[in-house]
Amino acid sequence: MSAAAALPARGRGAPAAAAWIGFRTLLYKETLRFWKVSFQTIAAPVLTGVLYLLVFGHVLDSRVEPFAGVAYSAFLIPGLVMMSVLQNSFANSSSSLIQSKIMGNLVFLLLPPLSAAQFFWAYVLASMLRGLVVGAGVFVVTVWFAPPPLAAPLWIPVFALAGSAFLSVLGLIAGIVSDKFDQLAAFQNFLILPATFLSGVFYSVHGLPAFWQAFSHANPFFYMIDGFRYGFFAQSDVSPWLSLLVVMCALGLAATVALQMLRRGYKLRS
Amino acid sequence: MPTAAIAVSALSKRYARVTALDAVDLTVAPGEFFGLLGPNGAGKTTLISIVAGLTRASSGRVRVMGYDVVDDFRAARHSLGVVPQELVFDPFFTVREMLRIQSGYFGLAHNDAWIDEVMANLDLTDKADVNMRALSGGMKRRVLVAQALVHRPPVIVLDEPTAGVDVELRQGLWQFMARLNRDGHTIVLTTHYLEEAQQMCGRIAMLKGGRVVALERTRDLLHRISGVQVSMRLHGPLPDALRARIIEESSERIVLRLAHARDVGAALEACRSQGTDVQDLEVGAADLEDVFLQVMSDASARSVA
Repeated sequence: MSAAAALPARGRGAPAAAAWIGFRTLLYKETLRFWKVSFQTIAAPVLTGVLYLLVFGHVLDSRVEPFAGVAYSAFLIPGLVMMSVLQNSFANSSSSLIQSKIMGNLVFLLLPPLSAAQFFWAYVLASMLRGLVVGAGVFVVTVWFAPPPLAAPLWIPVFALAGSAFLSVLGLIAGIVSDKFDQLAAFQNFLILPATFLSGVFYSVHGLPAFWQAFSHANPFFYMIDGFRYGFFAQSDVSPWLSLLVVMCALGLAATVALQMLRRGYKLRS
Repeated sequence: MPTAAIAVSALSKRYARVTALDAVDLTVAPGEFFGLLGPNGAGKTTLISIVAGLTRASSGRVRVMGYDVVDDFRAARHSLGVVPQELVFDPFFTVREMLRIQSGYFGLAHNDAWIDEVMANLDLTDKADVNMRALSGGMKRRVLVAQALVHRPPVIVLDEPTAGVDVELRQGLWQFMARLNRDGHTIVLTTHYLEEAQQMCGRIAMLKGGRVVALERTRDLLHRISGVQVSMRLHGPLPDALRARIIEESSERIVLRLAHARDVGAALEACRSQGTDVQDLEVGAADLEDVFLQVMSDASARSVA
């Protein structure tokens, strides 16, 4: 065992380099965490996406034409891809954090000199990665059923990234606030699930009665799905620029809240 | 004066209904082996949690190696290795992965040589690639110790490290800690095993109800209870004059506390003169448990008064 005297007395290396290694390590750990159980975290949600397409696509293909000249299945695929991105981004950060809290191993992250920003970015980026991997998986498997066009392709990564970031941050907040699995399940069942289902994944909100249209327009999830779908069809319920503005505002607000919680140690440090 | 390893000043922690720490002042010098004792709920873990940055103080401040644990948290946490009381682990990783990850959090990317050395010292080498879930409780405890040491902290804090641990590991752990201490690391521990504290710690603080009720060198604490304990097996009654000295009595033995070692002869003489045969005799000094009980009861008496 070497002597404590061998320790550098003040700091070690450039603090920026140490901070970068700390962040990189936490990102790696968070990625490895879902990758080690990828059957459950990636394969299962891809299968769910495919099942949605098979059931709804088969039943509704001949009856619904959401946009002129667009088959229902082709319309549905981008919606399902985005829904998978959003749900899995949320699931990753929220479940990772609540598991660490309940297992008690969160202490391994609280003892080292990690800052709020390092914590935030590592959790958010790992969760985005999982959301995007699942989304890509759903796309690759479903695209063969009814290939949608790629009419304005630059919008696709923009909304995929912004949407997954927003839900990763929401997941982080839900994980911080929750103390038990059932509290987290409440977030998932009473907030995330209704918001995704009422966002136009399965339909164009144009077809809805006026009240529900207005309701949908108050839902940030609607803008994420609508903007993402614009990338495929160059048709949407609202302008993609408006959608991007709404999503970025929602993301900015959520990120501010999450960072503030982390800085204060809200529900993490007593 | 060298920078204190841990400097706690006027530290209080109040929750809605209880005061867990009440204006605690405490300084641990570099290189000390320091014990923090007290009954459950005395505030030991709260104190350690504030030192570690896991809990925020209501008032007062704490420095580790001169670094404020709030204002200069990075440097303070670099200086500190904490072995938590709960047997926590991350079920997704192996022992080596866990230690590499923990090193990374402290900004150390290439730490394998040291990780190997720590694992070897804790008899973890053949478990390096075993998943944390598959380890026994004692092995998990060793990994917690290893995790606390990955960044070679000058100050090591162990919160009840030997609770529920078998004798072999307990001894191995203490040998390892004694060696780290000899190498210059400051070690602070809380324990329920007073024998361990007596054996290992050069200085001891006793906490009760969030206050420090004793803070002395272990040697001096032991001298607080002056006199000797005499444990005897008698054939016949104990002389009445000695009955006031009884501290423990069973059908087998009687334990007395005498003011001085020289009183032992007189006590034996008193027995002999009334025809009581002393069949067995052991003389010993007071141990930390006696001191602990006395300090705790004094503290209760004071708080009542």
